[in-house]
Amino acid sequence: MELTGAEIFVRCLQDEGVELLFGYPGGAVLHIYDALYQQDKVQHILVRHEQAATHAADGYARATGKPGCVLVTSGPGATNAVTGIATAYMDSIPMVVFTGQVPTSLIGNDAFQEVDNIGITRPCVKHNFLVKDVRDLAVTIKKAFYVATTGRPGPVVVDIPKDVTAARCEYSYPKKVRMRSYNPTVKGHAGQIKRAVELLLQARRPMLYTGGGVILDNASEQLIELTRLLNFPITNTLMGLGAYPATDRQFVGMLGMHGTYEANMAMHNCDVLVAVGARFDDRVTGNIEKFCPSAKIIHIDVDPASISKNVKVDVPIVGSVGNVLEQLLKLIKAGKARPDPEALAAWWEQIEEWRGLDCLKYDRGSELVKPQYVLETLYKVTNGDAFVTSDVGQHQMWAAQFYKFDKPRRWINSGGLGTMGFGFPAAMGVQLAYPDETVCCITGEGSIQMCIQELSTCLQYGLPVKIINLNNRYLGMVRQWQEFFYQKRYAMSYMESLPDFVKLAESYGHVGMQIDKPQDVEGALKEAMQLKDRLVFLDFITDQSENVYPMIPAGAGQNEMILI
Amino acid sequence: MRHIISILMENEAGALSRVAGLFSARAYNIESLTVAPTEDPSLSRMTIVTTGTEEIIEQITKQLNKLVDVVRLMDMTDGPHIEREMMMVKVRAEAGQREEFKRLADIFRGRIIDVTESTYVIELTGDSAKLDAFLQAVDTGKIIEVVRSGVSGIARGEKALNI
Repeated sequence: MELTGAEIFVRCLQDEGVELLFGYPGGAVLHIYDALYQQDKVQHILVRHEQAATHAADGYARATGKPGCVLVTSGPGATNAVTGIATAYMDSIPMVVFTGQVPTSLIGNDAFQEVDNIGITRPCVKHNFLVKDVRDLAVTIKKAFYVATTGRPGPVVVDIPKDVTAARCEYSYPKKVRMRSYNPTVKGHAGQIKRAVELLLQARRPMLYTGGGVILDNASEQLIELTRLLNFPITNTLMGLGAYPATDRQFVGMLGMHGTYEANMAMHNCDVLVAVGARFDDRVTGNIEKFCPSAKIIHIDVDPASISKNVKVDVPIVGSVGNVLEQLLKLIKAGKARPDPEALAAWWEQIEEWRGLDCLKYDRGSELVKPQYVLETLYKVTNGDAFVTSDVGQHQMWAAQFYKFDKPRRWINSGGLGTMGFGFPAAMGVQLAYPDETVCCITGEGSIQMCIQELSTCLQYGLPVKIINLNNRYLGMVRQWQEFFYQKRYAMSYMESLPDFVKLAESYGHVGMQIDKPQDVEGALKEAMQLKDRLVFLDFITDQSENVYPMIPAGAGQNEMILI
Repeated sequence: MRHIISILMENEAGALSRVAGLFSARAYNIESLTVAPTEDPSLSRMTIVTTGTEEIIEQITKQLNKLVDVVRLMDMTDGPHIEREMMMVKVRAEAGQREEFKRLADIFRGRIIDVTESTYVIELTGDSAKLDAFLQAVDTGKIIEVVRSGVSGIARGEKALNI
């Protein structure tokens, strides 16, 4: 039987096992919405702005490991989605975004609601497709999911003109798809594995530096086994938090610009560095000339282009992180040799001395609400077991420093692109994936206002997200840089004319609370967590002068931190 | 250093813009770029001439390989290869200079492929340096128009870029 393109689209999603489709209707996708309306396997979540659809699908993907799915209309629908697509691209998140397009006969005509979606999204997708013929639709959708979820994952855009959704053809969904031009390497090269093991066993001051790739490849178990087998210290990047239990002795905290003293000093002084699924981002390395001056570097990554891009490495290993870690473990376990225990003991002694500095200390006696205290208390109240999303800025760094993630996929933030407005819609995606889990969105009064319209979506779908608003009446990270580097000229970083967030939450039918005294923090958080089926907006009025420490100023080396 | 990179890619709309976009987005140099279908109509062959340090060239080849449309890639400069570029030059050739241009074309193994009372079009094939040398040998005041195809390259011997 022949189906319309719109019907084929819906059948493809069903056959692909898509549960949730985040989107917003419009002229070019009306046929598709009509087909969605007549089935109940794929649930459509109506957001209030297309940017939120992409962030919600992204949050869903990060929390579950499954690809997020988005449907938006042509023109402004597609351009509004671009920030979310770029966010997913920078953090390698699997996502398939369907954009409506004007009919093929009108493409290039400056038609109503026409933009060149393929051109606009090209630099921020893993790949994109324009479907010009309904007979190509099913196989293109299969390819989109295949490309998005394999190798180094990433967002894929499929642009579908309106006439293609009306045209008819026979439907069959391919079980498998092969692309001669796309074959990611998944197994590590045996010779390189051997060289890596030799280096690991000779190390006297080793360091493991692991990133989002471990989480994307679900390789925590192998990472934990290797780390414990070798008794090496380990640090995680912002994207990699949770891949190794933060409460474990061998974990020295996050590294980088706002990483711990012990993590950055261990990086600077190590003799063998193992980078696993991490990409030597400038926020991690600081000044590249001063980066790990005495280290031999092993780099494991599924994307060959990530290797030796910023830092020249000694042993490159291309392959999926999980496979390569297993290959390393197998080879180490097959032999008797282990790293010199005396050298390791001395190295650990040095690390413990650095750790003794307690670089994350803050004024616990303050009469003002300290943001760090709110996050420590949140950790306590949620038993460290919540899904935590965040926006971008000081609150993001404090969340990364003070919430100890023991499991992967619990910490969800925009690391690469640094997208303010990400946290709240991402929390919706997580909550939809795990309706019974506690989902907290750590945000600030600047970020939350970038996607605050989603309070309406949360009411519609009954999403009990807990919003932790660290309200310091400043764009805090901008203010911090202005304080340090612009002689305290606070250009445009003060947030004036803020709404009454409590009333705002209430006007959307949610619960609002304002907390301005340290002694009320724990009680308010406990009360909010007990309101299991309600969205609670906790507006914490925090100390305006608080800064994120430690800090490596831009251009400085990892051993040149500003400490409190 | 100058490198000639040859690419086999899916002959699909937008494939060229993915390559061009990659070079501009990452601030890599392009000296020339040529593209045409191959004997297999589903494949295009592209030749890019670029310059950069060894690190940059390594990144360029890796980033090109990462493009989903790229099937195979070869850096011609890694081994013995032949490089050719075609050029057509329209010159002012009036009485007294016509013999001179004819001789010059012969020396460079070029051909005169269009003649009018006052102009010649000279066709020349060779590596880029040879074409540059020809242009240097001609009085610049006499050149009306120059069109160059950009470089194509092929490996010598058994080595080949195919699928």
